[in-house]
Amino acid sequence: MARIKSSIESPLVPMPSGAYIPERDLDKLPVLEARHLGIDFGGLTAVDDFNLVIGRTEIAGLIGPNGAGKTTVFNLLTKVYQPTRGTIMVDGKDTAGMSTVQVSKLGVARTFQNIRLFSNLSVEDNVKLGMHNQIKYGMFRGILRLPSYWKQERIAHERAMELLSIFDMQDMAEKKAGSLPYGAQRRLEIVRALGTNPNLLLLDEPAAGMNPSETAELMENIIKIRDTFQIAIMLIEHDMNLVMGICEGICVLNFGKVIAKGTPADIQSNPVVIEAYLGRKKEA
Amino acid sequence: MEFLSYLISGISLGSVYAIIALGYTMVYGIAKMLNFAHGDVIMVGGYISLLSMTALGLPWPVAVLLAMLVCTVLGVIIEGLAYRPLRSAPSLAVLITAIGVSYFLQNSAQLLWGASPMSYTPIVSGSVQMFGGRLSISYVSLLTIAMCIVIMAGLTLFTGKSKLGKAMRACSEDKGAAQLMGINVNLTISLTFAIGSALAAIAGVLLCSFNTSLMPTTGSMPGIKAFTAAVFGGIGSIPGAFLGGILLGIIESLAKAYISTQLANSIVFAVLIITLLVRPAGLLGKYVPEKV
Repeated sequence: MARIKSSIESPLVPMPSGAYIPERDLDKLPVLEARHLGIDFGGLTAVDDFNLVIGRTEIAGLIGPNGAGKTTVFNLLTKVYQPTRGTIMVDGKDTAGMSTVQVSKLGVARTFQNIRLFSNLSVEDNVKLGMHNQIKYGMFRGILRLPSYWKQERIAHERAMELLSIFDMQDMAEKKAGSLPYGAQRRLEIVRALGTNPNLLLLDEPAAGMNPSETAELMENIIKIRDTFQIAIMLIEHDMNLVMGICEGICVLNFGKVIAKGTPADIQSNPVVIEAYLGRKKEA
Repeated sequence: MEFLSYLISGISLGSVYAIIALGYTMVYGIAKMLNFAHGDVIMVGGYISLLSMTALGLPWPVAVLLAMLVCTVLGVIIEGLAYRPLRSAPSLAVLITAIGVSYFLQNSAQLLWGASPMSYTPIVSGSVQMFGGRLSISYVSLLTIAMCIVIMAGLTLFTGKSKLGKAMRACSEDKGAAQLMGINVNLTISLTFAIGSALAAIAGVLLCSFNTSLMPTTGSMPGIKAFTAAVFGGIGSIPGAFLGGILLGIIESLAKAYISTQLANSIVFAVLIITLLVRPAGLLGKYVPEKV
């Protein structure tokens, strides 16, 4: 499968812990480190002993068959669920006991498998809501329209437009988010997540429902976002062309457990992965 | 001329309903719950303003501000103690809790201030005479209508333009996604209750100025009617609450004048039922059919 080249391409190297990380990120603090992460729902173990390191500027992939626990991992990383076991370090800080809002302030942003935009608000307002914690003015300044309100609003507007321009969506700014076509809504979710100024962007099936040419454009854009903002991106995706085309490190999950980690080439030839996806070959 | 005078008294009564309905609708829109204690917060606002004018001898604007302050704090406390622990409970549990809070407030008021009605001196007295004295409009009516318009405009501006207002709308649509954007949902809901309760205090003062009396159950009936107004206009919608309130006031006032004083309330609710049969989501509410 064809690889898309980035200006900062570097090989994946193993770390002493057994994790993989792009060589260029070796001397930097990993943006995310999950150790022995696990969660039980009642008696059911949804994710168990999940270990992962993501480099500062890595594009990482999380793949696995349906129901493997991929979205659960995202929900754990964003503290939608509190983990039953294990540690999540964001930027070297332990997130134990933190809320979703606090993790968001640490720089973890995400999109959703099923689009969850604020559909009655305008496109621009959706992006500005992502920037909620960066816009500084109180309620009374907002009502009284003091000069600081206008200044902050102008900065927010400019920033929102700049982010929308990544996907050439500036001219849609006034439209209601819910009225956009499907593909544009998916792109807007990414822009809104970028509004939170993340260090780690989690994309849950960004290419779902896209046609091959839209997917190809999305791949270019994911690379562009990483290169421009110098952030780490982790994505869940079923489209193997996308995963193999842009991910550096890939982690394969099955029944809540990591069954393989490595480069796209490693994963594609890994018999355990092939078995998880296609089943075991019948012995003759 | 008679008709005009009934119409104006209907509009001003409707303005009180609208102010109360705005509180209902904001809380419903953001917290997705019916705060049946809202009417009783109005009553508390009435008592606080009355006592600060009579017992403390404060001028009325200060009394109103004090009532707003007390009601805001009360609203935030009610939300934090009674409703927040039930955030993920079934909506029926929250509804029953709200009814409980309503009785708690009524009975506390009875304990503190007694069950017998107190007389309430309107905050402004006098009236404008027009058409050579054939039409008289009280200053209270004018003040009420003006307050209602100002509040409605302020809220529209706040929810439409300010950062916190937009955060409220985001919470109303999807609390989970809002949290992931770094929006503190609990704080936003507290803020909504604070605004709603401050509005209830203003409504309390205006309502008591109309009725010139005050007792622990003063807030119940207007509370229920304002809730009706909010549903009538389309619950969750700010212009809807305004429109619903005004229309309800006019219908009530005209029904009282031309049909029957006793039947006025029945007529009001009959109109609501007919409206909802035709437009299930209220006048300005959007009916979203469920996808199957």
